[in-house]
This record gives sequence, C-alpha cells and structure tokens, in this order.
Amino acid sequence: MTEQINSISVEQCCSYYSIEVAFIRSLNEHGLIELTQQEEHYFIGFEQLADLEKYMHMHYDLEINMEGLETIAHLLNKVQALQTEVRTLRNALGT
Amino acid sequence: MDYIDYYKTLGVAKDASADDIKKAYRKLARKHHPDLNPDDKEAVKLFQQINEAHEVLSDPEKRKKYDQYGADWKQADQFEQARRQQSAGGQGQPFGGGEYHSYGSGEDGDFSDFFSSLFGNNGSRSGRSGTRFKGQDYRAAVQLKLSDAYQTHQQTFTVNGKNIRITVPAGIEDGQEIKIAGYGAPGANGGPNGDLYITFTIQNDTSFIRKGNDLYTHQPLNLYKAVLGGDVTIETMAGKVKLTVVPETQNETTVRLKGKGFPVYKKDGSFGDLYVTYQVQLPTHLSEREKELFKELAKETENRS
Repeated sequence: MTEQINSISVEQCCSYYSIEVAFIRSLNEHGLIELTQQEEHYFIGFEQLADLEKYMHMHYDLEINMEGLETIAHLLNKVQALQTEVRTLRNALGT
Repeated sequence: MDYIDYYKTLGVAKDASADDIKKAYRKLARKHHPDLNPDDKEAVKLFQQINEAHEVLSDPEKRKKYDQYGADWKQADQFEQARRQQSAGGQGQPFGGGEYHSYGSGEDGDFSDFFSSLFGNNGSRSGRSGTRFKGQDYRAAVQLKLSDAYQTHQQTFTVNGKNIRITVPAGIEDGQEIKIAGYGAPGANGGPNGDLYITFTIQNDTSFIRKGNDLYTHQPLNLYKAVLGGDVTIETMAGKVKLTVVPETQNETTVRLKGKGFPVYKKDGSFGDLYVTYQVQLPTHLSEREKELFKELAKETENRS
C-alpha cells in the first residue's frame, strides 16, 4: 500500500476510531466526505477528519442515520451561509 | 457551588430505567449538540449540562453515589477517602483512569465544580469510541480593527501557554476563520495533532463601510462645486486622493474609485473599489448680497422656462 502524505487509509482510520469501514464508505457515497482511491485502497485526507468525527458522533452517539446526516449537513451549510450573510449585512449597517 | 439535579436536567424521574435515561439523553443531545448548533454558546453550555447528567446517571456506580451523596455533596470527600483506603489493597479504581470521551468542537471535558467535587477530575469515563487518532482541535477568537485588517501584519497569540506568531493576511473578513494545522492537542498513537482555528472579529474603526472588498463613504460637497465643478480632496484607506467634480453634479451621485477599496484576501496588489457618494450641502446664513444673487438666479431660471 502506498503511503500518502496528509491522508490515511480508510482501514487504518477505522481501526483507530473503532468504526466500520462501511460507515466511511457510506459517508463517501452520500457525498459527506470525499475519499481518494489509489490502486485498491481508499484514503481520507487529514483535513476531513474533523468532519468525520462530527458525523461519527452524530451517527453512533445520537443514533442519526445516513439520510439524517445528509439532511443535517445540508441544513448546516444553509445555517452557515445565513450566518455569513447576517454578519455581512450587520457590517454594512455598521452595527 | 450548588447542587445539580441531574434527573431534572435530563427530564427523567428518579426511578428512571437505564433505557429511559439513554432515550432522554439522546433526545436532548440531538437538540443541543454543538455540532448541530454552530456558533451557539448557549447550546454548548446546555450540552455540557446534559452530557454531565448522562455521564453520572448512565453509570450505575456513579448514579448510586450521586443518589446517596448528591444532595450532601460536601460529604463526598469523606466517601472518596474511604474508597481510596479500600482500593489501596489492589482493587481497581471504580471511576478513574478512563479514556476521554470527546464530542468534538472542543466542548468536551468541561464538568461542573459539583461534578468534580463528587467524582474528582478524572470522573469522566470512556465512551463508545476506542483509541483516539487526531488530537482535539482548539478554537480561539481574536479581535482586529478594520484599519489593522487593511495591511498584512504579524500577530502573536498565546494559546494554552504556547506563543504562536502568525501572519494575518490583508483583507481578512469579519468572522473569517484561519486554520493553523498542528497547533491543537497532541494526537494519540502517533496520530497528527489537532488544529488551531482562529476566528477573527473585525471592528470598524474607520468612517468607511465595508462590503466584501469594496468600501463606501459619503463626501460633503458644497453647492457651488456641485454646480460649477471643481476639485475635492477625499480620505481613502491609502491616504488622500484628489477628485475632479464634474459641473452640475447632483446630490447623492456616487462615483467609483477603482482599486481604492479593501485589499483582496491573499491576492497581493489586488483591491476592491471605493464608492464615494456626494452629499450636496446648501449654504446657510446667507448675506443680503448672496440672497440678492440667488433671487436674480431664480428670476433668470424662471425667464428661461
């Protein structure tokens, strides 16, 4: 297996976190994280680990299924965009 | 320090089953989890309370101790002492030594004084996840003045006792987050360190309004210059600039000064525009002679129409 800089293989990652490979593959399939493929192995970038942990907690600790995670991710993006817009408008108003 | 009613926090009865407690916790956690409530400090606080209540009530030993000593938490020290004497004979520690259970976003590990007095600082136990990999991310907030954000500058921060010197690129936005990789908590089992996220709050100390990379300002213009044209000198972020006012400039006319706005983030030499809106000011305290001239002007205008 070729080592990749700034990323970790999905198998290694799952062993560290004690989670199933299927969970990460499923996140990838739902577009919630992006895996890269090299030969037969899948890798996850370090910059995505924070997101992975977030989804892990939601899934395992809060029992939210994949469809729920997808909806949450979509709504959180919207919340973030709205928060940025509010900040920009507040700036424009000088408040 | 007050007694905390963990049953009330989770909204369950004192005789609630382990399953009821789990259900109540999950229901509340889904509502108040910080990952689901970005930028909401109240949610972080509430989640800590819910988490702490769950930490105690979901662990049969902790729950027993809480039920027994909770209301008289001051006696817990004596309990601890007795327990330590018992475990000195080679028995394991009932509460300590557990692994940290993280909920991400840096809100974990914050337990109340009440919790610490009852269970000690190592009271938190292991959660579902096994060995940690990446260290926890740290978050810090920094305030900047708009005039400082105009120029790339060095800034030194102290985060967890460590001095970090970073370059703040010109053009940084209010609310923008900068990630400094590897400056978070150390990773476990050879994993990478967490990252440090710095959020910048920018306070406007100038007379300009900033919208993205563009700046907006108002410029008073006397009636005569507005009518006849002339030059005005205006302040920009980069210093004074002379503008030529065209004759018959109307009130609220806006002119654009290309490249005189705010620097574009991480694009050296690239700037937004400055929009100057003229506010034509009518003369006051007119002399008799001036009034005469205005009357003459008015008459002239009437004759023309």
